[in-house]
Amino acid sequence: MEPLTWTGSFGSIIDPVFQLVGLLFIVAVAAQFIGAYVFAPINDEVHVDGTITRDRGANAIIGTAVRSLLLALCALAAIYIVAGVFAPIGKVGIIGAVAKQFAPVWIALVATFLLSISYKRRLGLYGKLFDSTVGMIGYALLMFWVYTALFVGVFDMIAVNDPLTQLSGMKNKLPGTPLRSVEEGQYAYYLLGGDNLARDVFSRMVHGSVVVILIAPLATLFAFMVGITLGLPAGYLGGKLDTFLSFLANLVLAFPVILLFYLLVTPEIVATGIPNYMAMILFVFPIIFFAVLLNSRFYTRPHLRNPLLAGVMLVMIWTYLCAISAEGTVINILPPTLDLFDIDSGILVVFVSVVFVNSPTVFRIVRGLVLDIHTRDYVAAAQTRGEGKWYIMLWEMLPNARGPLIVDFCLRIGYTTILLGTLGFFGLGLESESPNWGNTINDGRKLLAIYPHPALVPALSLLSLVLGLNLLADGLREESLRD
Amino acid sequence: MGLFILRRFGMMLLTALCLTYIVFFMTNLYPNLEKLAKTQGNFRMSEEAVDSYLGDRGYLQATPIKYMQWLGVMPGFSKELEDGRIVGKCVRPGVAPEDTPRYCGILQGDWGFSTVSKAPVADVLGSRLANTGKLMFWVMVVMVPSALIIGVLAGMKEGSRTDRSLSTVSILSTSTPEYVSGVIFIALLASTRNGLGPWLHDMGLIEAKSLFKGTAKSAMDDANLRNFTLPVITIALYGMGYIARMTRASMAEVMTAQYIRTARLKGVSFRNVVMKHALRNALIAPFTVIMLQFPWLLNGVVIVEFLFAYNGFGMQLVTAAGNNDIEMLLAVSVVSVFVVLVTQLISDIGYVYLNPRIRIS
Repeated sequence: MEPLTWTGSFGSIIDPVFQLVGLLFIVAVAAQFIGAYVFAPINDEVHVDGTITRDRGANAIIGTAVRSLLLALCALAAIYIVAGVFAPIGKVGIIGAVAKQFAPVWIALVATFLLSISYKRRLGLYGKLFDSTVGMIGYALLMFWVYTALFVGVFDMIAVNDPLTQLSGMKNKLPGTPLRSVEEGQYAYYLLGGDNLARDVFSRMVHGSVVVILIAPLATLFAFMVGITLGLPAGYLGGKLDTFLSFLANLVLAFPVILLFYLLVTPEIVATGIPNYMAMILFVFPIIFFAVLLNSRFYTRPHLRNPLLAGVMLVMIWTYLCAISAEGTVINILPPTLDLFDIDSGILVVFVSVVFVNSPTVFRIVRGLVLDIHTRDYVAAAQTRGEGKWYIMLWEMLPNARGPLIVDFCLRIGYTTILLGTLGFFGLGLESESPNWGNTINDGRKLLAIYPHPALVPALSLLSLVLGLNLLADGLREESLRD
Repeated sequence: MGLFILRRFGMMLLTALCLTYIVFFMTNLYPNLEKLAKTQGNFRMSEEAVDSYLGDRGYLQATPIKYMQWLGVMPGFSKELEDGRIVGKCVRPGVAPEDTPRYCGILQGDWGFSTVSKAPVADVLGSRLANTGKLMFWVMVVMVPSALIIGVLAGMKEGSRTDRSLSTVSILSTSTPEYVSGVIFIALLASTRNGLGPWLHDMGLIEAKSLFKGTAKSAMDDANLRNFTLPVITIALYGMGYIARMTRASMAEVMTAQYIRTARLKGVSFRNVVMKHALRNALIAPFTVIMLQFPWLLNGVVIVEFLFAYNGFGMQLVTAAGNNDIEMLLAVSVVSVFVVLVTQLISDIGYVYLNPRIRIS
């Protein structure tokens, strides 16, 4: 079989058009940049009767050109994808074949956007996101990876080969190389090439997204639970508690992250069970948070509170015990019949260390926010009403601090993704054959100058996910400031 | 002010003590000591051999006692082996037993002995720090001016096209961690088979097959554009976006201030308003951010030195941690804690100095 080219026979018609439009776009952007200093600024004239005369000067024309060229570029990119999804494999080359594999993701993305945009006025802050272009681009990038992880992890769709299988003769092969001997039901190509152990780069990349999408948001959520549960009282009550907690937070923050990882995430430390003890402590915080949250609100109504609190606590404590207890580790307290799930020790230690690194920063942010809104009128009103201090913290202050916290949550997921990549890059934590992006970059970097594709593919994936999260945070910040 | 600095120094000392004790505790856990014994002795040591090796060298004492010895407030452990050799904390190869001091800790100025490089920690780390200092210097030279220029240009007219495009650039740079940008740079600019290098070579513009070098090994003795550009811009790029965004926010805030409006209404030109009225006040916040950026840069340094095989402080951290080189790791953590806390102190003092509205009582 012939190896696939990047755009196949379809590309021979449309590639030149694409290149031409791209070139024109670059020229137009350059012209716009220079024009802003050379020509008169765009000046729409407003008349007395309320009508506006649109400026027809050079800058306005260049601006229109840039916009329409950008639209044309996007349309052409969409044509590649649509053609790839519907044409047979090989007709639109590698890009088409990859687009075809991602078909469920495209459908889910389009559906999400259509639904969200049509109901955006009823969806609060989430709906407002669709008023900002930057926010929408970020959200699209994020959801692309979320759906990819979902379809790969749950339905086993997108990936074409097993991420760990090594096929003979595929070592370091370039993107689009066909397999030597295709068996029944096997995909005939390595779409993005093979790595130095002859594994499929494309399948490893999409499988890697599952690890990231699973760990990063969850770890960030736990870090927020820890940070909020400790930061609220530190900021509101102050005193010795604040001094002590702030000292601890500064202590952890003074550690260089990589040294901390090297101290925590080695097989020797895992053998001592320290990560398990840390998990035991860190996983308690969500339970404390929800117990205090519900109790402070409903303690005046014992008939509602008692069953509610008992139910929630039962579920949470059981989940907690399942999470920390695992056979063969230092904490093995739950009998096997009650132990619903075990967390893989590699994932646990990575998870715990990432939560540990992130929580002090969240603590400092929450504490700062609380100090800021301490003197607001609604806090004084609640104090005058005689509300409890936990009620004030959790039901008056926290909802009013949500804007910055949501924005920071998005940014922090991105940072956590970077941390996970760093761990993988140094070969710490997860086993070395794991398809997560950090490990794959580390594998690929040794032959980078000769075969760049095994490292570039996960590197660009990680970049796009983090970029998506940062753009999303930027869009959210803009929209939440508009309130 | 004097009292403030004194208090901060006290805090620094306490933090450094706590942190080194944590590092000490973690590196002295038994599995780590076992690894140390096996890498120093041989890998097929029996459990008894490991125990006697560790016991002879004082590793099996209680952790607080060992910590005191490392600090130099307790006499260092020493023991005479059956074959007459003397081993212990203060024993150094080439120093006669009668010259060996009783105390050898930080307080005596002795940073210990690296079990991996077989040399005193201070000697090894000193040269490594000099290498990293060179790297950091050039990173600062590249990063700070470009970040400030981008930030000021973007914040000058909030919401303008320049602002939006420069903000996008800075978001892009904050979302590119060093190991991603480094990989991309090497693949595009330092490869003899792909990317820009062969292309420029064919056009006859450059002599070598690649534009830059993919390793910075030769940069330790002789740093030039070819072997040092990539490591420097890789670190600078990630930090740049953050500083630029902070500068932009600060600049945009200053530009909405009353006194700027007054100046504009008085008929001062836009250029003069920016250069003479806004800039100085807008640069107070970025100064703090740049100072607080140092600990972050330390991470970048570790990644980049590892990626480009540059033998500096970061590389030393990785080798020391990988081999459980206890005293080296402790020295590394002392240095990094020192960097973090001193930069915090400088940022606080500088903030007070630059901003006359704040006075520490």
